[in-house]
Amino acid sequence: MRYLTPRTLDDAYAHLASGGVRIVAGGTDVFAASGPRDLTGPILDVTTVAGLRGITRADGQWRIGAATRWADLWKADLPPGFHGLQAAAREVGSLQIQNSGTVGGNLCNASPAADGVPPLLTLDARVEIGSLRGRRVVPLERFVTGVRETGLAADEMVTAVLLPDPPAGAVGRFEKLGARRYMVISIAMVAVLIGLGPDRRIARARVAVGACSAVAQRLSGLERAAIGARPDAVRVDPDHLSGLSPIADLRGSAEYRMEAVAELCARAIRAAGQADG
Amino acid sequence: MDPRLQDPDLAFTLNGAKVRAGARPGMRLSEMLRETLGARDVKIGCNAGDCGACTVLVDGDPVCACLTPAHQAAGRQVDTLAGLVAQDPDAQALAQRFEDHGAAQCGICTPGMMVAAVALLRDTPQPSEAQVQDALGGVLCRCTGYRKIIDAVRGADGPARRDDQGSVGAAIRRLDGAAKVTGTEQFGDDIAPPGTLEIALIRAPHPRARFDLGDLEGWRAAQPGIVAVLSAADVPGRNLFGVIPDFVDQPVFATGETRFRGEAVAAIVGTPQAVAGFDPADFPVTWHECPSTPDMAGAMAPDAPRLHAGRAGNVMCGGKVQCGDVDAALARADLVVEGRFRSGFVEHAYIEPEAGFARLVDDRLEIHACTQAPVMDLEALAVILGWPQDRIRILPTATGGGFGSKLDLSVQPYLALAAIKTGRPVRLAYGRAESMQSTTKRHPSDLRLRIGAMRDGTLSGLQFDGLFNTGAYASWGPTVAARVPVHASGPYRVADYRAGATGIHTHAPPSGAFRGFGVPQAAIAQESLFDDLADGLDIDPLEFRIRNALRNGVPTVCGQVFDQGVGIGACLTALRPAYARERAAAEAFNAQSDGVARGVGVAAGWYGCGNTSLPNPSTIRAGLRADGGLVLHQGAMDIGQGANTVIAQIFASALGVPVGAVHLIGGDTDVTPDAGKTSASRQTYVSGNAARLAGADLRAQILSRVNAGPDAVIGLGDGWIHVVDGGQTHRIDLSQLAPDAMGYVLCADQSYDPPTQPLDENGQGAPYAQFGYAAHLAVVEVDLRLGTVRAVRFVAAHDVGRAINPLLVEGQVQGGIAQGLGMALMEDYQPGRTENLHDYLIPTIGDIPPIETLIIEEPDAHGPFGAKGLGEHVLIPTAPALLNAIRRACGVRLTRIPATPSRLRAAIRKAAS
Repeated sequence: MRYLTPRTLDDAYAHLASGGVRIVAGGTDVFAASGPRDLTGPILDVTTVAGLRGITRADGQWRIGAATRWADLWKADLPPGFHGLQAAAREVGSLQIQNSGTVGGNLCNASPAADGVPPLLTLDARVEIGSLRGRRVVPLERFVTGVRETGLAADEMVTAVLLPDPPAGAVGRFEKLGARRYMVISIAMVAVLIGLGPDRRIARARVAVGACSAVAQRLSGLERAAIGARPDAVRVDPDHLSGLSPIADLRGSAEYRMEAVAELCARAIRAAGQADG
Repeated sequence: MDPRLQDPDLAFTLNGAKVRAGARPGMRLSEMLRETLGARDVKIGCNAGDCGACTVLVDGDPVCACLTPAHQAAGRQVDTLAGLVAQDPDAQALAQRFEDHGAAQCGICTPGMMVAAVALLRDTPQPSEAQVQDALGGVLCRCTGYRKIIDAVRGADGPARRDDQGSVGAAIRRLDGAAKVTGTEQFGDDIAPPGTLEIALIRAPHPRARFDLGDLEGWRAAQPGIVAVLSAADVPGRNLFGVIPDFVDQPVFATGETRFRGEAVAAIVGTPQAVAGFDPADFPVTWHECPSTPDMAGAMAPDAPRLHAGRAGNVMCGGKVQCGDVDAALARADLVVEGRFRSGFVEHAYIEPEAGFARLVDDRLEIHACTQAPVMDLEALAVILGWPQDRIRILPTATGGGFGSKLDLSVQPYLALAAIKTGRPVRLAYGRAESMQSTTKRHPSDLRLRIGAMRDGTLSGLQFDGLFNTGAYASWGPTVAARVPVHASGPYRVADYRAGATGIHTHAPPSGAFRGFGVPQAAIAQESLFDDLADGLDIDPLEFRIRNALRNGVPTVCGQVFDQGVGIGACLTALRPAYARERAAAEAFNAQSDGVARGVGVAAGWYGCGNTSLPNPSTIRAGLRADGGLVLHQGAMDIGQGANTVIAQIFASALGVPVGAVHLIGGDTDVTPDAGKTSASRQTYVSGNAARLAGADLRAQILSRVNAGPDAVIGLGDGWIHVVDGGQTHRIDLSQLAPDAMGYVLCADQSYDPPTQPLDENGQGAPYAQFGYAAHLAVVEVDLRLGTVRAVRFVAAHDVGRAINPLLVEGQVQGGIAQGLGMALMEDYQPGRTENLHDYLIPTIGDIPPIETLIIEEPDAHGPFGAKGLGEHVLIPTAPALLNAIRRACGVRLTRIPATPSRLRAAIRKAAS
């Protein structure tokens, strides 16, 4: 049993290539899933890798290091297009979780109810992946492939989330539905990115829904339908939600989730429209 | 040294001091802090980041130590509560405010709360309420209802008076509060020295199963560090326990068949390293799942498997009360309403899982564990071990919440058996999942009621039929069956009444005692239907209740007539101003709100204090040492509610000395007499009376020595007593008096047993010497399209007879309301599905609105200084008041709790279609 603390990505990649290690960053998901016992297996702590934490912008592209904490994200001074992501960051677990849990960990944990995923989808996020074999970049919607499943190979790790500049003037918004105020797994959640034209009608719309399908997803039909509408007059039709497949569980029925998502979409779009300008 | 310690020199700064410690790879920071570095002020509530009790600062940021790899501490600065209050002036001021506000009750969440608050206050010295909620939203508290924590963090002056005599009626700080706010309080898992042998239990993975144990000794011999395996064969006495003499039916280790998921069949005892690495899947047991009946309908079916011989139809037992002629009364009623109401399991969810430490001292066994009932623990262990009681000593630790479930044995038999088998000290702390799987729950209920009323609003007949799922074993189920029919009328005059309650066994965790013993479930049904009646008769719901409220001289459904002390009318009328104000505010709100509707609901409750028609004595001992030290043997377990303070205040007032002169000794069964269990809201009333008698006895002994009159003033000094009587001062030199075997020169042992009478076959008699009364008003906002409910405000009127300590009264009220809110809106324990605190939700600091407490003091002739019990009363009206408020907001009457968003939205949708 070893606890590995690489300083460089190459060192981390080498450990991964040797096989059998478990990546740990903030620890908030892996410890929560281990019961009262220790984490098993050799552990690769990626938080010691230089340069893996922080938010930077270069060449019209934003880079959120994989080991960036959710609290780093919501405390950062970012343009309105990121406000949905920042609102989601404040809903990840508790403040304690936000101080430890990382953006990369949230993606790799691949929970259908991961609060970070829908807003990142609205920001056209891509996932940067590294290994000794090299670097590759995958759109987020192709990175998370199922419940607790990602496209990460055994020798790979996520190094960053890459985001283009949000459309000028667009505003992000996040709506979370849970049965209590704090520390609650979402029944459903919606992230939107809304840009208005000079006529105060919607010129750009991106909508993503979490906890209502195995993998959070964009609602492209709703996005198209919203164009040209006033933000407070967007109608969410069943067709727009047809790609969703919510389950019934102890947090709510499938029917309820579908109904609630429609309402959350309308509210998020309306609120983003009001915040714009 | 643990061979797996890779880096024995992990260096970091702990509470300002440079430390080096060893840690296994994959070890949690919380475990390293507690077990390697002795920082037992870091509390473990869940090991999953769900409760926040283990919150520490790492480089100034609050994190859950249970989710942090120990190795991530390297080179960093870690601060825990004990270090912060020792060094940080802001933390010290916060600790003072926590005490002044009564913000710590049991104290198990306090380290997490205070550490999180210190981080907030460093950034934001004067936080808003919302900022406090955001900062503390990651720490769960099950006792306080959070409001006093918010007040303490925000820096308001606390209500506690510090310069007071602490007489009855004074809102003094808790006497045992300092340890809770400095991290030095020792709970069940804080006693064992590091390195103590640990126990892990092998538990059934199915609701019902047969099982075969393999070669246990052969397996053990092959496991490094496992020193013993325990199973039913190791139980020297009777492999059974229970709390009701005729219903002792639960095995320590199951034999042949398990009856609920999580039931123990064996245990291992080993070194910490061996137990940390133990995977239950490796244990030599083979499971054969059997058909099970997890719910009552299945268990009552003719072909259902029988859980216990002699309990046909899986009926454990029943209780009933009847008076008058309910059929005739319902027939002549102008309006009859009826309904079926259902509820599920509710988990106590104290933040301290069951834990303890045991060792053999000479030929005696010592158990240090959290508990609500040390003497019952002792008696039950004597039977299990086949030992005389005098070979067993129970030393209760601080108890991090109980609410009924820590009345039953949990860790104690395993600790005892392991200590005896190994001859070495042992420890056991339940993980959150096994705590939830294996300990008792609130009974699920299935209740059918019919209630009638005349056109003028007078009740005319109430019929109640209740089924209660008591799970696999009886526990306190018989008490629920007995209590519910006595209380199901609510605190009203019901002349014609028939109520029956039956406990049904299922393949589910045992249901036992939980704050209210079934009465909260019954109150939901009865109080919801009262709103139906009020609406049907076009009478204001509050006035409808006032009209029917029980009064002095009017018989209860048991035919018991109290000629004094009935305070429900005063509670209900106290709500009138708030009710008028809040309804007007709701109307104004609703006139301009779209999509969110506000409603105001009321409900009432009553609760008999102490055992139902059974002996229920408490004994309190007090002694004066030759050096003038005044010692109170206070055996009424303080599980956060404040018995240490209340009992001492009563005693000191009766003796006539300041409460600060009292030195407390807890429930150590070797030195402290039995003050009974902390249950049935009996300690203030019953043990309080014993304390009052002990104080009066000691006072009489002192005064008689100098022939002083009854109004003389006693002053305690260093080895002497002054008695000032009129103008005369007498001095008693204590060194001249002969000490007894306990070292006391004066000593008083006094007992009190409530005067009750048996119930006859119709439940007629005098079940309790006193009842306490309560009425709640709840204001909610319902998001009509999402079905979510936000509580806006509570006003709670409680008749406590005499508030011995008003600060503690408020603490009980706020904490009980938080539990009632959880039960009404979110709590739903499902075996196998919600065995953690993220799927089983309890209220957070963001869910509890402001609570106004109206203390009503309708003195009770039996109560000490007129006091009545309070703890359980609070929870009873909360849920029905919330449900009635929801109904006023959106027109939907829910008959099944919890009112989750999904369930409420479905009801709103159905009502609209």
